[in-house]
Amino acid sequence: MTQPFELVNFTKWIDSTLQALLPSFWVLVVELLLVGIALLGAYALIAMMLIYIERKITAFFQARIGPNRVGKYGIFQTVADVLKILLKEIIHINRVDKFLFYAAPFFMIIASVLTFGAIPFGVGLQALDFNIGVFFVTAVSSLGIIGVLLAGWSSNNKYSMIGAMRSGAQFVSYELSAGFALMTMVVLTGTMQFSEMIEAQRYCWNIFNGHIPAMVAFFIYLISGHAETNRGPFDLPEAESELTAGYHTEYSGLQFGFYYLAEYLNMFIIAAIAATVFLGGWMPLQISGWDAFNQIMWYIPSYLWFAGKVFVLIFFSLWVRWSFPRLRIDQLLNLEWKYLLPINLINIFIMVLMVLAGFTLTDLFN
Amino acid sequence: MRTFNQYTRDLFGGIKSLLTGLSVTWKELWTPKVTAQYPENRKTLKISDRFRAELIMPHDENNEHACTACGICQMNCPNGTIQITSRMVETEDGKKKKELDRYTYDLGMCTFCNLCVETCPSDAIQFTNNFENAVFTRAKLVQKLNAEGSKLRAKKPAAPKQVV
Repeated sequence: MTQPFELVNFTKWIDSTLQALLPSFWVLVVELLLVGIALLGAYALIAMMLIYIERKITAFFQARIGPNRVGKYGIFQTVADVLKILLKEIIHINRVDKFLFYAAPFFMIIASVLTFGAIPFGVGLQALDFNIGVFFVTAVSSLGIIGVLLAGWSSNNKYSMIGAMRSGAQFVSYELSAGFALMTMVVLTGTMQFSEMIEAQRYCWNIFNGHIPAMVAFFIYLISGHAETNRGPFDLPEAESELTAGYHTEYSGLQFGFYYLAEYLNMFIIAAIAATVFLGGWMPLQISGWDAFNQIMWYIPSYLWFAGKVFVLIFFSLWVRWSFPRLRIDQLLNLEWKYLLPINLINIFIMVLMVLAGFTLTDLFN
Repeated sequence: MRTFNQYTRDLFGGIKSLLTGLSVTWKELWTPKVTAQYPENRKTLKISDRFRAELIMPHDENNEHACTACGICQMNCPNGTIQITSRMVETEDGKKKKELDRYTYDLGMCTFCNLCVETCPSDAIQFTNNFENAVFTRAKLVQKLNAEGSKLRAKKPAAPKQVV
């Protein structure tokens, strides 16, 4: 398959140019720097795009127009907002635990940047491709909760504390379900490496390959992922009416911006992992044997496929967010411990039986 | 077994109600947007006729108004928004009569309560829905409502009562 618009052509050209100019050690250093800059740039850019998309879609759900003054259709609204938040004063709070208070946003942002690095954005566009990729992602993305708990604790404020504790309870509970849902798919594909998972889904996405258990796992992953990002009906750690803003009540300026950014990026990360594990990641729509069709599909670059799948999932997340009222803490924990977790355990068992007995779609039809 | 039935009923009932909720918001997503884009839609903007934005004193084509300078509006105004300056004139048959000199209305102090219009015995004033009253200095909010050189309309059946 020719892939004329892939960014990997460009990155390979950079690599070969550097190899020709520099000794191999310096090539490594320069390339690491470039990758780091590209990742951070993409992080900020995607967050800005997400905030704009979220505000627009939210407005549409509420029969409004949304931002439409800064630039055509308001596309530069978030640029203006980011500039504003960068220029804002960081208000220093008396009697906080200074060290933890200032460290907490970094935990949050580092956790989400680390997870961000492991996401495969397209052909050759993956910074970290471990053989335990799924495990790595679940492990580092759960570091973010330390930032939340530290923020709540060090703010010396009862609202922050309650919000952080709620967030902690919620995160720990739902992390379990999210992990199990991903494990279900690891059972199906037999690998934890994202690149191999995507390759395995070339002709049949995991969600179809594993049919019923895979779909159950998909929805459980979406629900628990949504809960982990503290959004939508699960936003009780930040319930305005009860807790002002929850754990980030005392933060201002850039520190608040970090939490804001991380919240949006976590939404993206959840959608990206769901797209990669269940919907074939960046792999274009491929049908076994239809070579001409497959070639045409490859003319749409893989990162656009990835973006499209992620966007659909993000749209779903927003749709849920603007449909349902906020849960109480007991309802929240009920949903996880009484419904999602038992269903998930049975589901993973069914998946194991199915894989062993050869009832996956590829097994049945090949 | 009973609890298990209850459990499954709760589960599927919950899923059904969630789907109902999603379908409602899905329909809402495609409804026409209600936002009015103000400065752009000035041409088509429809402000309710009953909206009270500015007090005016209607003058007819002969530059005549209906104000007899009785001062009832001024007395009824809770904020002292209206100030009536009048002069005494003598008519041909020797009667002394008040005549309106200057009807001062301070838009900045008005609460648009409509008491002046309701108590006016000769329906000389009314509120319009012209709401674009922003100015740069407060002094511009003090308006003189009677036109230059205008005078009281000759005895005539009172203007039809405005239907409110």
